[in-house]
Amino acid sequence: MKEQSVIVQNRAGIHARPAALLVQTAGNFKSSVYLEKGSEKVNGKSIMGVITLGAVFNTEITIIAEGADEEAAVEALVNLFNSKFQED
Amino acid sequence: MDKFTVLDLLQLDLKEHDALDLKCIGGRPGLVREIQVPELNRPGLALSGFFDSFADKRLQIFGRGEHAYLQKLEKESNHEAIKRLFSYNLPCCVFTNSLSPTHMFFESAEERGCSLLQSTLDSSEFSSRVMRALSNIFSPKKNIHGVLVEVFGIGVLIMGESGVGKSEMALELIERGHRLVADDSVEVRCVGGNFLMGKGVNIIASHHMEIRGLGIINVTHLFGVGAIRDKKQIQLVVQLEEWDSSKEYDRIGMEDSTIDILGVNVPYLNIPVKPGRNIPIIIETGAMNERLKKLGYHSAKEFNRSIMNWLETERARSLHFENI
Repeated sequence: MKEQSVIVQNRAGIHARPAALLVQTAGNFKSSVYLEKGSEKVNGKSIMGVITLGAVFNTEITIIAEGADEEAAVEALVNLFNSKFQED
Repeated sequence: MDKFTVLDLLQLDLKEHDALDLKCIGGRPGLVREIQVPELNRPGLALSGFFDSFADKRLQIFGRGEHAYLQKLEKESNHEAIKRLFSYNLPCCVFTNSLSPTHMFFESAEERGCSLLQSTLDSSEFSSRVMRALSNIFSPKKNIHGVLVEVFGIGVLIMGESGVGKSEMALELIERGHRLVADDSVEVRCVGGNFLMGKGVNIIASHHMEIRGLGIINVTHLFGVGAIRDKKQIQLVVQLEEWDSSKEYDRIGMEDSTIDILGVNVPYLNIPVKPGRNIPIIIETGAMNERLKKLGYHSAKEFNRSIMNWLETERARSLHFENI
């Protein structure tokens, strides 16, 4: 299992478009991917799950991946957060 | 387009408010003449002897006014204008209000082999109906391989490769109470430059379907006349394709994609097919969503708007708690 914390850096937070991007990226990996915000944990491959997490600007999110390609999965998702989901 | 002759005009199968009520009353050899332009002319000026810019390619409509003038010419034994009129290769002359041509006019028409038609309608009604009919015939058209069904009042054109299961999906939709317009080959016409009308290419074949393993079935006989429709405006195009795992499919539906058919942009959905996916239900829902969009409610956009609002409030709240 691989974990890494990131901060939501785009102003609008994770709404539909970033969520779709996130789920698409997560879907490219075989590992199961989870996102954790405080006590809430959602499946990173479910679009509705990711949206309802309510990840607003400056929230800390923990990315958890488990499986054969967990390293790559976490890295790809962290890059996505750092690129502000190609917004702003 | 094949040549559209006067005979074709007479044989048009138009019903109720479209019927032209035409019959041929003379000049039968002229029925093979071609109608080249979807336009009309009232030959009043020509009859009075003024032939400059005379629109000889158009259908010539004789109403009460022209008829009265012909009678005046008859009384005066004035043949000249009529003779000159028929020196042109007119497509045909139509008498409205069940009026009959004068003797002299009739003779000239017979002599020159120009067909004379008669309609029971009055001139303005006939003009608008014949214009409608002709503009349909002269409108751009093309045949598209696909199935046209009416789903919740929305005309849905299902396209896709052979064997992807278009007919099976249409069958399931019919079974669920929707209507078949055409299977396999759909004739699409661009009407008035802004909407697409679809119907079966062949009236005999259009309400039959070929289902692999069953053969040809007659939808009208199996499901009743309620399960079919003659023509329908195409309001949604659904492209079916085999699920390609390397391809990203639309997950949110915020962008409305359209497809260009004969210069008209029609809403377009690309739906991946894979065993276990119930496509007819997806098509049904797509059609309903399309209706909702027409009513001004865009599910995906509204959803995102409320999510953005919610995220905004959440953020304001967390900022507030941080500051306490």
